[in-house]
Amino acid sequence: MIKTVTRYVKSLALVELMKGMRVTLGYFVAPKFTIRYPEEKTPKSNRFRGLHALRRYPNGEERCIACKLCEAVCPALAITIDSEQREDGTRRTTRYDIDLFKCIYCGFCEESCPVDSIVETDIHEFHMERNEERVVNKQQLLSIGDRWEQQIAKARSLDAPYR
Amino acid sequence: MMDDLIWLIWTLAKIIGIAVPLILAVAYLTLAERKVIGFMQVRMGPNRVGPWGLFQPFADVLKLLMKEIILPAKSNRFLFLIAPVITLAPAFAAWAVVPFDDGIHLAQIDAGLLYILALTSLGVYGVIIAGWASNSKYAFLGAMRSAAQIVAYEIAMGFALVGVLIAAGTLNLNSIVTAQSGSLMHWYWLPLFPLLVIYFISGVAETNRAPFDVAEGESEIVAGFHVEYSGAAFAIFFLGEYANMILISALAALMFFGGWLSPFQGLGLEGTPLDFLTGSSFIWFFAKTCFFLYLYLWFRATFPRYRYDQIMRLGWKVFIPITIVWLLVVAVMVVYQIGWWW
Repeated sequence: MIKTVTRYVKSLALVELMKGMRVTLGYFVAPKFTIRYPEEKTPKSNRFRGLHALRRYPNGEERCIACKLCEAVCPALAITIDSEQREDGTRRTTRYDIDLFKCIYCGFCEESCPVDSIVETDIHEFHMERNEERVVNKQQLLSIGDRWEQQIAKARSLDAPYR
Repeated sequence: MMDDLIWLIWTLAKIIGIAVPLILAVAYLTLAERKVIGFMQVRMGPNRVGPWGLFQPFADVLKLLMKEIILPAKSNRFLFLIAPVITLAPAFAAWAVVPFDDGIHLAQIDAGLLYILALTSLGVYGVIIAGWASNSKYAFLGAMRSAAQIVAYEIAMGFALVGVLIAAGTLNLNSIVTAQSGSLMHWYWLPLFPLLVIYFISGVAETNRAPFDVAEGESEIVAGFHVEYSGAAFAIFFLGEYANMILISALAALMFFGGWLSPFQGLGLEGTPLDFLTGSSFIWFFAKTCFFLYLYLWFRATFPRYRYDQIMRLGWKVFIPITIVWLLVVAVMVVYQIGWWW
Protein backbone atom coordinates (compact mmCIF):
# COMPACT_ATOMS: atom_id res chain seq x y z
CA MET A 1 0.00 0.00 0.00
CA ILE A 2 2.64 2.49 1.09
CA LYS A 3 4.76 1.38 -1.85
CA THR A 4 1.96 2.07 -4.30
CA VAL A 5 1.34 5.50 -2.81
CA THR A 6 5.02 6.45 -2.96
CA ARG A 7 5.14 5.28 -6.54
CA TYR A 8 2.14 7.41 -7.45
CA VAL A 9 3.49 10.46 -5.68
CA LYS A 10 6.87 10.00 -7.30
CA SER A 11 5.50 9.65 -10.80
CA LEU A 12 3.16 12.61 -10.33
CA ALA A 13 6.05 14.74 -9.08
CA LEU A 14 8.05 13.70 -12.18
CA VAL A 15 10.96 12.62 -9.99
CA GLU A 16 12.55 10.29 -12.52
CA LEU A 17 12.19 12.84 -15.30
CA MET A 18 13.92 15.47 -13.17
CA LYS A 19 16.78 13.09 -12.54
CA GLY A 20 17.20 12.55 -16.26
CA MET A 21 17.10 16.26 -16.93
CA ARG A 22 19.72 16.87 -14.27
CA VAL A 23 22.06 14.48 -16.07
CA THR A 24 21.62 16.22 -19.42
CA LEU A 25 22.01 19.63 -17.80
CA GLY A 26 25.29 18.43 -16.30
CA TYR A 27 26.51 17.48 -19.75
CA PHE A 28 25.20 20.76 -21.18
CA VAL A 29 27.67 22.72 -19.06
CA ALA A 30 30.43 20.09 -19.13
CA PRO A 31 33.56 20.94 -21.14
CA LYS A 32 33.52 19.51 -24.66
CA PHE A 33 36.29 17.28 -25.95
CA THR A 34 35.84 18.20 -29.59
CA ILE A 35 38.95 19.41 -31.41
CA ARG A 36 37.97 22.06 -33.96
CA TYR A 37 40.26 20.46 -36.51
CA PRO A 38 41.76 23.04 -38.85
CA GLU A 39 42.12 25.57 -36.01
CA GLU A 40 43.09 23.12 -33.29
CA LYS A 41 45.18 19.99 -33.67
CA THR A 42 46.03 17.11 -31.41
CA PRO A 43 49.69 16.74 -30.44
CA LYS A 44 51.73 14.45 -32.68
CA SER A 45 54.38 11.92 -31.67
CA ASN A 46 57.96 12.44 -32.77
CA ARG A 47 57.69 9.05 -34.36
CA PHE A 48 54.72 10.04 -36.51
CA ARG A 49 55.03 8.40 -39.92
CA GLY A 50 53.67 10.61 -42.67
CA LEU A 51 54.82 11.83 -46.06
CA HIS A 52 58.28 10.60 -47.12
CA ALA A 53 61.37 12.70 -47.73
CA LEU A 54 64.95 12.15 -48.90
CA ARG A 55 67.59 13.91 -46.81
CA ARG A 56 70.96 15.46 -47.67
CA TYR A 57 74.22 15.85 -45.78
CA PRO A 58 74.95 19.36 -44.49
CA ASN A 59 77.32 19.89 -47.46
CA GLY A 60 74.43 19.41 -49.86
CA GLU A 61 75.30 15.91 -50.99
CA GLU A 62 72.34 13.57 -51.09
CA ARG A 63 72.58 10.79 -48.53
CA CYS A 64 71.08 7.98 -50.56
CA ILE A 65 73.68 5.48 -51.82
CA ALA A 66 71.22 3.32 -53.74
CA CYS A 67 71.70 0.26 -51.55
CA LYS A 68 68.07 -0.61 -52.29
CA LEU A 69 67.47 -1.99 -48.80
CA CYS A 70 64.28 0.06 -48.58
CA GLU A 71 63.10 -1.26 -51.89
CA ALA A 72 63.77 -4.80 -50.67
CA VAL A 73 62.10 -4.38 -47.27
CA CYS A 74 59.04 -2.50 -48.47
CA PRO A 75 56.10 -4.86 -47.80
CA ALA A 76 53.83 -3.00 -50.21
CA LEU A 77 56.39 -2.83 -53.05
CA ALA A 78 55.81 0.90 -53.18
CA ILE A 79 59.43 1.90 -53.82
CA THR A 80 61.17 1.67 -57.21
CA ILE A 81 64.89 2.47 -57.47
CA ASP A 82 67.26 2.64 -60.46
CA SER A 83 70.92 3.43 -59.91
CA GLU A 84 74.21 4.02 -61.74
CA GLN A 85 77.81 4.97 -60.99
CA ARG A 86 78.52 8.65 -60.96
CA GLU A 87 81.67 10.25 -62.45
CA ASP A 88 83.29 10.51 -59.00
CA GLY A 89 82.92 6.72 -58.61
CA THR A 90 80.11 6.76 -56.06
CA ARG A 91 76.84 4.97 -56.61
CA ARG A 92 73.71 7.12 -56.75
CA THR A 93 70.08 6.68 -57.65
CA THR A 94 68.79 7.88 -60.99
CA ARG A 95 65.26 7.11 -60.06
CA TYR A 96 63.58 6.93 -56.66
CA ASP A 97 59.80 6.61 -56.90
CA ILE A 98 57.36 6.04 -54.06
CA ASP A 99 53.78 5.17 -54.87
CA LEU A 100 51.91 6.84 -51.99
CA PHE A 101 48.78 4.83 -52.69
CA LYS A 102 50.65 1.55 -52.30
CA CYS A 103 52.59 2.73 -49.26
CA ILE A 104 51.21 1.57 -45.93
CA TYR A 105 53.35 4.00 -43.92
CA CYS A 106 54.97 1.20 -41.89
CA GLY A 107 58.32 2.98 -41.59
CA PHE A 108 60.41 -0.06 -42.58
CA CYS A 109 62.19 1.96 -45.29
CA GLU A 110 63.31 4.46 -42.67
CA GLU A 111 64.44 1.71 -40.28
CA SER A 112 66.36 -0.16 -42.97
CA CYS A 113 68.20 2.89 -44.32
CA PRO A 114 71.90 2.73 -43.29
CA VAL A 115 72.47 6.44 -44.00
CA ASP A 116 69.20 7.92 -42.67
CA SER A 117 68.34 9.08 -46.13
CA ILE A 118 64.72 8.04 -46.64
CA VAL A 119 62.61 9.26 -43.72
CA GLU A 120 58.94 9.64 -42.97
CA THR A 121 58.12 13.19 -41.89
CA ASP A 122 55.18 14.09 -39.70
CA ILE A 123 53.37 15.75 -42.63
CA HIS A 124 50.01 14.08 -42.93
CA GLU A 125 47.90 16.81 -44.52
CA PHE A 126 48.66 16.35 -48.21
CA HIS A 127 46.52 15.50 -51.18
CA MET A 128 46.68 14.73 -54.88
CA GLU A 129 44.33 16.07 -57.48
CA ARG A 130 45.20 13.65 -60.31
CA ASN A 131 45.92 9.96 -60.18
CA GLU A 132 49.44 10.34 -61.63
CA GLU A 133 50.46 12.51 -58.69
CA ARG A 134 50.36 9.55 -56.35
CA VAL A 135 53.90 8.63 -57.43
CA VAL A 136 56.44 11.03 -55.97
CA ASN A 137 59.84 10.98 -57.68
CA LYS A 138 63.33 11.64 -56.44
CA GLN A 139 63.27 15.40 -57.12
CA GLN A 140 60.04 15.86 -55.16
CA LEU A 141 61.29 13.73 -52.27
CA LEU A 142 64.54 15.68 -52.08
CA SER A 143 62.72 19.00 -52.14
CA ILE A 144 60.42 17.86 -49.34
CA GLY A 145 63.57 16.90 -47.40
CA ASP A 146 65.20 20.27 -48.09
CA ARG A 147 62.15 22.17 -47.03
CA TRP A 148 61.50 20.33 -43.75
CA GLU A 149 65.09 19.38 -42.82
CA GLN A 150 65.06 21.27 -39.50
CA GLN A 151 61.80 19.65 -38.43
CA ILE A 152 63.00 16.20 -39.51
CA ALA A 153 66.32 16.56 -37.68
CA LYS A 154 64.60 17.82 -34.54
CA ALA A 155 62.10 14.96 -34.43
CA ARG A 156 64.93 12.43 -34.94
CA SER A 157 67.10 13.92 -32.19
CA LEU A 158 64.19 14.00 -29.74
CA ASP A 159 63.38 10.37 -30.45
CA ALA A 160 67.04 9.22 -30.48
CA PRO A 161 67.21 8.18 -26.77
CA TYR A 162 64.42 5.68 -27.27
CA ARG A 163 65.71 4.05 -30.46
CA MET B 1 -11.30 56.05 -47.94
CA MET B 2 -7.94 57.54 -47.15
CA ASP B 3 -8.27 56.51 -43.52
CA ASP B 4 -9.07 52.96 -44.55
CA LEU B 5 -6.00 52.85 -46.74
CA ILE B 6 -3.76 54.14 -43.98
CA TRP B 7 -5.29 51.66 -41.55
CA LEU B 8 -4.67 48.86 -44.05
CA ILE B 9 -1.06 49.83 -44.63
CA TRP B 10 -0.45 50.27 -40.92
CA THR B 11 -1.92 46.82 -40.18
CA LEU B 12 0.15 45.26 -42.94
CA ALA B 13 3.23 46.91 -41.48
CA LYS B 14 2.37 45.48 -38.06
CA ILE B 15 1.84 42.01 -39.54
CA ILE B 16 5.24 42.20 -41.20
CA GLY B 17 6.68 43.49 -37.93
CA ILE B 18 5.46 40.31 -36.22
CA ALA B 19 5.98 37.78 -39.00
CA VAL B 20 9.54 38.66 -39.98
CA PRO B 21 11.01 38.49 -36.45
CA LEU B 22 9.03 35.29 -35.97
CA ILE B 23 10.59 33.69 -39.04
CA LEU B 24 14.02 34.82 -37.83
CA ALA B 25 13.23 33.37 -34.41
CA VAL B 26 12.33 30.08 -36.06
CA ALA B 27 15.58 30.11 -38.00
CA TYR B 28 17.61 30.67 -34.88
CA LEU B 29 15.54 28.21 -32.88
CA THR B 30 16.70 25.48 -35.26
CA LEU B 31 20.28 26.54 -34.64
CA ALA B 32 19.69 26.74 -30.89
CA GLU B 33 18.18 23.29 -30.96
CA ARG B 34 21.18 21.78 -32.69
CA LYS B 35 23.55 23.65 -30.40
CA VAL B 36 21.75 22.77 -27.16
CA ILE B 37 21.28 19.12 -28.07
CA GLY B 38 24.88 19.01 -29.25
CA PHE B 39 26.09 20.44 -25.95
CA MET B 40 24.00 17.95 -24.01
CA GLN B 41 25.58 15.16 -26.04
CA VAL B 42 29.04 16.59 -25.31
CA ARG B 43 29.47 17.84 -28.87
CA MET B 44 29.95 21.34 -30.25
CA GLY B 45 26.96 21.51 -32.58
CA PRO B 46 27.22 23.36 -35.90
CA ASN B 47 30.13 25.80 -35.79
CA ARG B 48 31.46 25.96 -39.36
CA VAL B 49 29.15 28.44 -41.11
CA GLY B 50 30.02 31.87 -39.76
CA PRO B 51 31.17 32.58 -36.19
CA TRP B 52 29.76 29.89 -33.83
CA GLY B 53 27.69 28.62 -36.76
CA LEU B 54 25.50 31.72 -36.72
CA PHE B 55 24.79 31.58 -40.46
CA GLN B 56 23.91 27.89 -40.41
CA PRO B 57 20.11 28.48 -40.55
CA PHE B 58 20.48 30.54 -43.72
CA ALA B 59 22.61 27.86 -45.33
CA ASP B 60 19.95 25.28 -44.42
CA VAL B 61 17.13 27.40 -45.81
CA LEU B 62 19.05 28.04 -49.00
CA LYS B 63 19.71 24.34 -49.39
CA LEU B 64 16.05 23.43 -48.89
CA LEU B 65 14.83 26.10 -51.29
CA MET B 66 17.21 24.98 -54.04
CA LYS B 67 16.04 21.39 -53.80
CA GLU B 68 13.46 19.87 -56.08
CA ILE B 69 9.93 19.41 -54.76
CA ILE B 70 9.04 15.85 -55.59
CA LEU B 71 5.34 15.17 -56.13
CA PRO B 72 4.49 11.49 -55.67
CA ALA B 73 2.81 10.22 -58.83
CA LYS B 74 -0.35 8.97 -57.13
CA SER B 75 -0.70 11.76 -54.60
CA ASN B 76 -3.48 14.30 -54.58
CA ARG B 77 -1.53 17.22 -55.92
CA PHE B 78 -3.76 19.98 -54.56
CA LEU B 79 -4.02 18.60 -51.04
CA PHE B 80 -0.37 17.62 -51.07
CA LEU B 81 0.70 21.20 -51.72
CA ILE B 82 -1.93 22.88 -49.55
CA ALA B 83 -1.11 20.77 -46.45
CA PRO B 84 2.13 22.55 -45.46
CA VAL B 85 0.36 25.89 -45.83
CA ILE B 86 -2.44 24.68 -43.54
CA THR B 87 0.17 23.75 -40.95
CA LEU B 88 1.98 27.05 -41.22
CA ALA B 89 -0.91 29.53 -41.48
CA PRO B 90 -2.55 28.90 -38.05
CA ALA B 91 0.84 28.89 -36.35
CA PHE B 92 1.41 32.41 -37.64
CA ALA B 93 -2.20 33.64 -37.44
CA ALA B 94 -2.38 32.85 -33.73
CA TRP B 95 0.24 35.52 -33.11
CA ALA B 96 -2.32 38.18 -33.99
CA VAL B 97 -3.69 38.24 -30.44
CA VAL B 98 -0.45 37.64 -28.54
CA PRO B 99 0.35 40.76 -26.52
CA PHE B 100 4.08 41.51 -26.47
CA ASP B 101 3.80 44.29 -23.93
CA ASP B 102 0.93 46.06 -22.22
CA GLY B 103 -1.36 46.96 -25.13
CA ILE B 104 1.14 46.04 -27.85
CA HIS B 105 -0.54 43.53 -30.12
CA LEU B 106 -1.98 43.26 -33.61
CA ALA B 107 -5.57 42.65 -32.54
CA GLN B 108 -7.28 43.10 -29.21
CA ILE B 109 -9.88 40.32 -29.12
CA ASP B 110 -11.90 39.77 -25.96
CA ALA B 111 -12.13 36.07 -26.81
CA GLY B 112 -8.39 35.89 -27.52
CA LEU B 113 -7.91 32.63 -25.68
CA LEU B 114 -10.68 30.96 -27.67
CA TYR B 115 -9.16 32.28 -30.89
CA ILE B 116 -5.82 30.75 -29.95
CA LEU B 117 -7.35 27.41 -29.00
CA ALA B 118 -9.26 27.35 -32.27
CA LEU B 119 -6.20 28.11 -34.38
CA THR B 120 -3.83 25.71 -32.64
CA SER B 121 -6.42 22.96 -33.20
CA LEU B 122 -6.48 23.79 -36.91
CA GLY B 123 -2.79 22.99 -37.27
CA VAL B 124 -3.40 19.26 -37.02
CA TYR B 125 -5.41 19.33 -40.26
CA GLY B 126 -2.21 20.09 -42.10
CA VAL B 127 -0.64 16.96 -40.67
CA ILE B 128 -3.67 14.79 -41.41
CA ILE B 129 -4.10 16.13 -44.93
CA ALA B 130 -0.39 15.71 -45.62
CA GLY B 131 -0.55 12.09 -44.53
CA TRP B 132 -3.66 11.45 -46.56
CA ALA B 133 -2.59 13.26 -49.73
CA SER B 134 0.83 11.58 -49.85
CA ASN B 135 -0.84 8.24 -50.63
CA SER B 136 1.89 6.47 -48.68
CA LYS B 137 1.47 3.94 -45.89
CA TYR B 138 4.01 5.53 -43.59
CA ALA B 139 2.62 9.00 -44.08
CA PHE B 140 -0.89 7.73 -43.44
CA LEU B 141 0.16 5.94 -40.25
CA GLY B 142 1.84 9.10 -39.07
CA ALA B 143 -1.27 11.14 -39.80
CA MET B 144 -3.49 8.72 -37.89
CA ARG B 145 -1.17 8.70 -34.91
CA SER B 146 -1.02 12.45 -34.93
CA ALA B 147 -4.80 12.80 -35.14
CA ALA B 148 -5.46 10.50 -32.19
CA GLN B 149 -2.70 12.10 -30.13
CA ILE B 150 -3.84 15.65 -30.76
CA VAL B 151 -7.46 14.83 -29.89
CA ALA B 152 -6.28 13.39 -26.58
CA TYR B 153 -4.00 16.25 -25.62
CA GLU B 154 -6.13 19.06 -26.98
CA ILE B 155 -8.63 18.32 -24.22
CA ALA B 156 -6.09 18.37 -21.41
CA MET B 157 -4.55 21.53 -22.83
CA GLY B 158 -7.93 23.21 -23.17
CA PHE B 159 -8.85 22.30 -19.60
CA ALA B 160 -5.54 23.64 -18.34
CA LEU B 161 -6.31 26.94 -20.02
CA VAL B 162 -9.83 26.90 -18.56
CA GLY B 163 -8.07 27.00 -15.19
CA VAL B 164 -6.37 30.22 -16.26
CA LEU B 165 -9.69 31.51 -17.49
CA ILE B 166 -11.33 30.84 -14.11
CA ALA B 167 -8.45 32.45 -12.26
CA ALA B 168 -8.29 35.57 -14.42
CA GLY B 169 -12.00 35.86 -15.11
CA THR B 170 -11.33 36.92 -18.70
CA LEU B 171 -10.46 35.49 -22.10
CA ASN B 172 -8.56 38.58 -23.13
CA LEU B 173 -4.84 37.77 -23.13
CA ASN B 174 -3.88 41.29 -22.16
CA SER B 175 -6.18 41.21 -19.14
CA ILE B 176 -4.98 37.74 -18.17
CA VAL B 177 -1.45 39.11 -17.84
CA THR B 178 -2.47 42.28 -16.00
CA ALA B 179 -4.54 40.12 -13.62
CA GLN B 180 -1.28 38.47 -12.58
CA SER B 181 0.50 41.69 -11.65
CA GLY B 182 1.76 42.14 -8.12
CA SER B 183 4.83 40.01 -7.72
CA LEU B 184 6.42 36.73 -8.67
CA MET B 185 4.10 35.04 -6.19
CA HIS B 186 1.00 36.48 -7.86
CA TRP B 187 1.68 34.83 -11.18
CA TYR B 188 -0.54 31.88 -11.96
CA TRP B 189 2.21 29.29 -11.95
CA LEU B 190 1.82 28.98 -8.19
CA PRO B 191 -1.91 28.37 -7.74
CA LEU B 192 -2.18 26.60 -11.10
CA PHE B 193 1.05 24.63 -10.87
CA PRO B 194 -0.40 21.23 -11.90
CA LEU B 195 -2.16 22.92 -14.79
CA LEU B 196 1.08 24.58 -15.86
CA VAL B 197 2.86 21.24 -15.96
CA ILE B 198 0.01 19.60 -17.84
CA TYR B 199 -0.34 22.55 -20.19
CA PHE B 200 3.29 22.45 -21.16
CA ILE B 201 3.51 18.67 -21.53
CA SER B 202 0.33 18.74 -23.62
CA GLY B 203 1.88 21.56 -25.62
CA VAL B 204 4.90 19.38 -26.33
CA ALA B 205 2.57 16.60 -27.43
CA GLU B 206 0.49 19.06 -29.45
CA THR B 207 3.48 20.25 -31.44
CA ASN B 208 4.60 16.65 -32.08
CA ARG B 209 7.92 17.19 -30.37
CA ALA B 210 10.06 14.65 -28.54
CA PRO B 211 9.19 12.64 -26.45
CA PHE B 212 5.76 12.67 -28.14
CA ASP B 213 6.98 12.72 -31.74
CA VAL B 214 5.40 9.41 -32.74
CA ALA B 215 3.83 11.14 -35.74
CA GLU B 216 7.36 11.31 -37.16
CA GLY B 217 8.77 8.26 -35.41
CA GLU B 218 11.89 7.71 -37.53
CA SER B 219 12.47 4.26 -36.11
CA GLU B 220 9.04 2.88 -36.98
CA ILE B 221 7.45 4.94 -39.74
CA VAL B 222 10.46 6.65 -41.35
CA ALA B 223 9.40 10.29 -41.08
CA GLY B 224 5.67 9.93 -40.58
CA PHE B 225 3.40 12.39 -42.29
CA HIS B 226 6.13 14.30 -44.12
CA VAL B 227 7.97 11.30 -45.51
CA GLU B 228 7.04 12.25 -49.09
CA TYR B 229 7.87 15.93 -48.71
CA SER B 230 11.06 17.56 -49.92
CA GLY B 231 12.57 20.94 -50.60
CA ALA B 232 10.50 24.05 -49.92
CA ALA B 233 7.34 22.10 -49.00
CA PHE B 234 9.26 20.32 -46.27
CA ALA B 235 10.79 23.61 -45.17
CA ILE B 236 7.29 25.01 -44.64
CA PHE B 237 6.36 22.06 -42.42
CA PHE B 238 9.52 22.70 -40.50
CA LEU B 239 8.71 26.40 -40.17
CA GLY B 240 5.20 25.59 -38.97
CA GLU B 241 6.42 23.13 -36.36
CA TYR B 242 8.91 25.56 -34.89
CA ALA B 243 6.51 28.51 -35.05
CA ASN B 244 4.07 26.36 -33.08
CA MET B 245 6.76 25.61 -30.50
CA ILE B 246 7.40 29.32 -30.06
CA LEU B 247 3.67 29.97 -29.81
CA ILE B 248 3.15 27.34 -27.10
CA SER B 249 6.12 28.73 -25.17
CA ALA B 250 4.88 32.30 -25.51
CA LEU B 251 1.42 31.24 -24.30
CA ALA B 252 2.92 29.45 -21.31
CA ALA B 253 4.78 32.66 -20.47
CA LEU B 254 1.61 34.73 -20.85
CA MET B 255 -0.78 32.45 -18.99
CA PHE B 256 1.34 31.22 -16.12
CA PHE B 257 4.41 33.42 -15.88
CA GLY B 258 3.00 36.90 -16.13
CA GLY B 259 4.01 37.69 -19.71
CA TRP B 260 5.86 40.98 -19.76
CA LEU B 261 5.73 41.51 -15.97
CA SER B 262 9.06 41.71 -14.23
CA PRO B 263 9.96 38.94 -11.77
CA PHE B 264 11.47 41.61 -9.50
CA GLN B 265 8.18 43.43 -9.17
CA GLY B 266 6.86 43.75 -5.61
CA LEU B 267 10.09 42.71 -3.90
CA GLY B 268 10.62 46.15 -2.37
CA LEU B 269 13.10 47.18 -5.05
CA GLU B 270 10.96 50.13 -6.19
CA GLY B 271 12.72 53.43 -5.55
CA THR B 272 16.11 51.79 -5.02
CA PRO B 273 18.91 51.92 -7.63
CA LEU B 274 17.63 48.56 -8.91
CA ASP B 275 14.28 50.16 -9.78
CA PHE B 276 14.86 49.60 -13.50
CA LEU B 277 14.57 45.84 -12.96
CA THR B 278 11.00 46.08 -11.77
CA GLY B 279 9.56 47.69 -14.90
CA SER B 280 7.39 45.68 -17.25
CA SER B 281 9.09 45.07 -20.52
CA PHE B 282 8.99 43.03 -23.69
CA ILE B 283 12.36 41.66 -22.64
CA TRP B 284 10.83 39.71 -19.75
CA PHE B 285 8.28 38.19 -22.09
CA PHE B 286 11.07 37.26 -24.48
CA ALA B 287 13.19 35.74 -21.70
CA LYS B 288 10.29 33.68 -20.37
CA THR B 289 9.48 32.41 -23.84
CA CYS B 290 13.12 31.46 -24.32
CA PHE B 291 13.04 29.54 -21.05
CA PHE B 292 10.15 27.39 -22.25
CA LEU B 293 11.81 26.91 -25.63
CA TYR B 294 14.91 25.73 -23.83
CA LEU B 295 12.72 23.25 -21.95
CA TYR B 296 11.55 21.92 -25.32
CA LEU B 297 15.12 21.29 -26.42
CA TRP B 298 16.07 19.96 -23.02
CA PHE B 299 13.24 17.42 -23.16
CA ARG B 300 14.28 16.37 -26.62
CA ALA B 301 17.85 15.75 -25.52
CA THR B 302 16.77 13.85 -22.42
CA PHE B 303 13.71 11.68 -22.98
CA PRO B 304 13.25 8.68 -25.24
CA ARG B 305 10.12 8.52 -27.37
CA TYR B 306 6.92 7.36 -25.65
CA ARG B 307 5.34 4.10 -26.66
CA TYR B 308 2.11 4.83 -28.45
CA ASP B 309 -0.29 3.17 -26.00
CA GLN B 310 1.47 4.97 -23.15
CA ILE B 311 0.87 8.30 -24.85
CA MET B 312 -2.83 7.51 -25.05
CA ARG B 313 -2.89 6.35 -21.42
CA LEU B 314 -1.14 9.50 -20.23
CA GLY B 315 -3.46 11.78 -22.17
CA TRP B 316 -6.80 10.18 -21.34
CA LYS B 317 -6.27 8.53 -17.98
CA VAL B 318 -3.85 10.87 -16.24
CA PHE B 319 -3.99 14.39 -17.62
CA ILE B 320 -7.72 14.79 -18.10
CA PRO B 321 -8.66 13.57 -14.58
CA ILE B 322 -5.97 15.71 -12.97
CA THR B 323 -7.01 18.84 -14.85
CA ILE B 324 -10.66 18.30 -13.94
CA VAL B 325 -9.81 17.87 -10.26
CA TRP B 326 -7.59 20.91 -10.24
CA LEU B 327 -10.23 22.97 -12.02
CA LEU B 328 -12.47 22.23 -9.09
CA VAL B 329 -9.74 23.26 -6.67
CA VAL B 330 -9.15 26.49 -8.56
CA ALA B 331 -12.84 27.25 -8.68
CA VAL B 332 -13.14 26.76 -4.91
CA MET B 333 -10.04 28.92 -4.34
CA VAL B 334 -11.42 31.69 -6.51
CA VAL B 335 -14.91 31.64 -5.00
CA TYR B 336 -13.70 31.66 -1.39
CA GLN B 337 -10.66 33.87 -2.14
CA ILE B 338 -8.21 31.35 -0.68
CA GLY B 339 -4.57 32.37 -1.01
CA TRP B 340 -2.95 35.75 -1.54
CA TRP B 341 -2.68 35.57 -5.30
CA TRP B 342 -6.13 36.69 -6.44
